[in-house]
Amino acid sequence: MASTMETHLRTARDAGRKLLVPYLTGGLGPWTEHLRAMADAGADAVEVGIPFSDPAMDGPVIQAASEQALRGGTNPGSIFADLRGVDAGVPLVAMTYYNLVFHMGDARFAGEMVDAGFSGMILPDVPPEEQGPWRAAADPAGIDTVLLAGPITPDDRLRVVCEQSRGYVYGVNLMGITGERSSVGEASAVLARRLKAVTDKPVLMGFGVSTPEQAVEVAAAADGVIVGTAVVRRILEGESPEQLHAYIASLRAALDAG
Amino acid sequence: MGDPDATGRFGRFGGRFVPETLMPACIELDAAFRDAWADPTFRAELDALLRDYAGRPSPLTECHRLSEELGVRVLLKREDLNHTGSHKINNVLGQALLTKRMGKTRLLAETGAGQHGVATATAAALMGFDCVVYMGEVDMERQKLNVFRMRLLGAEVRPASSDSRTLKDAVNEAMRDWVATVETSHYCLGSVMGPHPYPWMVRELHRVLGDEAREQCRALLGGADPDVVVACVGGGSNAAGIFSGFADTSAELVGVEPAGGAAVGGGVPGVVHGMTSFLKQDEWGQVEEAQSISAGLDYPGVGPEHAHLADIGRARYPNVTDQEVVDAFRTLTRTEGIIPALEPAHALAWVIREAPALAGRTVLINLSGRGDKDVAQIMDLLEGEG
Repeated sequence: MASTMETHLRTARDAGRKLLVPYLTGGLGPWTEHLRAMADAGADAVEVGIPFSDPAMDGPVIQAASEQALRGGTNPGSIFADLRGVDAGVPLVAMTYYNLVFHMGDARFAGEMVDAGFSGMILPDVPPEEQGPWRAAADPAGIDTVLLAGPITPDDRLRVVCEQSRGYVYGVNLMGITGERSSVGEASAVLARRLKAVTDKPVLMGFGVSTPEQAVEVAAAADGVIVGTAVVRRILEGESPEQLHAYIASLRAALDAG
Repeated sequence: MGDPDATGRFGRFGGRFVPETLMPACIELDAAFRDAWADPTFRAELDALLRDYAGRPSPLTECHRLSEELGVRVLLKREDLNHTGSHKINNVLGQALLTKRMGKTRLLAETGAGQHGVATATAAALMGFDCVVYMGEVDMERQKLNVFRMRLLGAEVRPASSDSRTLKDAVNEAMRDWVATVETSHYCLGSVMGPHPYPWMVRELHRVLGDEAREQCRALLGGADPDVVVACVGGGSNAAGIFSGFADTSAELVGVEPAGGAAVGGGVPGVVHGMTSFLKQDEWGQVEEAQSISAGLDYPGVGPEHAHLADIGRARYPNVTDQEVVDAFRTLTRTEGIIPALEPAHALAWVIREAPALAGRTVLINLSGRGDKDVAQIMDLLEGEG
């Protein structure tokens, strides 16, 4: 049975809407205001990065944001505390590296996430083979765990990823780490089509997307798009919640116009 | 030492915590290594390289003057005499041959002290591969000579400038490169760490030094094994190599960590760089920076098999201070005319400190590398002392 988050995303998709899921680094500046602004501007869900000391999947921008947030005293506990009383009105998906979860304990981390209002989780360093302990805690707690697939993921693994993933499936547009690219390329559409062929869960494509034109291009063969580094860069450059609202609204408008 | 289970675990440690984009490469590497390791042609080719290019077998040296001074019979496995100056070449030649067998053309490596980077750059030159080595900015400064050697050998040395700017950050950078280039690049990981199959594969590639040492000790000791086998441990590759020769004997196994980077001695289980192991971390699980005089041991984690050996009590992992290491470095130089690298000087430092308790026993130390690279650093340090 589909969860609340998945139902929310499926309903929007089935109504013909292209999904837009921005990412921001938790703990960076007035981040809950940025989060609310993005939700208000038409995001269908928001991913919240919980900073880790060794973000091996992230490019320089998100690394810098993580370091800055950590220096400011951010930790999983402060993220959870900051979110209490914040109702963004859209599902929140945490994204972090497994050691923070492992250290606190899977069950306690999942419980704290639920209390803070999270409904999803992305752990990029936990492939299907290592999902067990986390899922044993997250699934009963009602946390949807989103899995990733990449351009060279073979068909048999693609099916496993789609079966195990909940909420949506995260298609990685390109071989590499997070970061803006001038061109996302054909690999994205090929992967989106392969994913759509084996699952009816929402398929969202991320990595390398920053402009409205790229968002439209990447969303075409999929159900929507994830935008991370472009958002975080704007926050690092000091953009206000209003400015970020305008950026997300521009992506929303482009996606709605097709 | 045993093989890991199907999930790449030694007891409760190990595993394969990598992004989905790297899983096909890890699976391919596991299959390729199993296939090659069982292939007599591959083994013969590697053995020939180890003999004719790297200079194996390395000798076993009895330290007469040091033994007399300590009251402990000290034997050294002379990995410092290998081509490129350390044990690292054993692993690198194996992985380079495997790279060729997998049809890849580019080698990636991380390096701390630069010994693994130099070995990788050397193998790349030998086999005509492109080579990129990631090295922490702090380490590039304290190991300038090795940076120059790598560049002479044709490798590109790229600085890791995030966080602590040491070995752990170089691993992160190498993994980021690998995620983007996995179809053409092999990540030539330099220690018994990382995702499966690396901890197991790298140990197997260093087993040669343990097997040699065991035979050499038995020849010298009238068929007996040493009482204690000691090696320094950062990630733990040279220790894994020498321990693998003695794990099924009654020899006591001791891995010596730096006091400022004691993962077994001061860490708790965690997950980073693809593996579950002991890891120095804060109350939230953020990885802590290691602080050691030796760039090669400046690592907050440890190979998962070492975590397992500690868990089951087969090996123990004490630690020594930077000052004890410098003293040991000078002692071996003065008594035996052998300038050790700062990394194996940790093993020596433990033996010197524990000499009263070891009196009358025979101790084998893996002298994993030579100290040429460290001489400038020691010169600055001793001049600073006046």
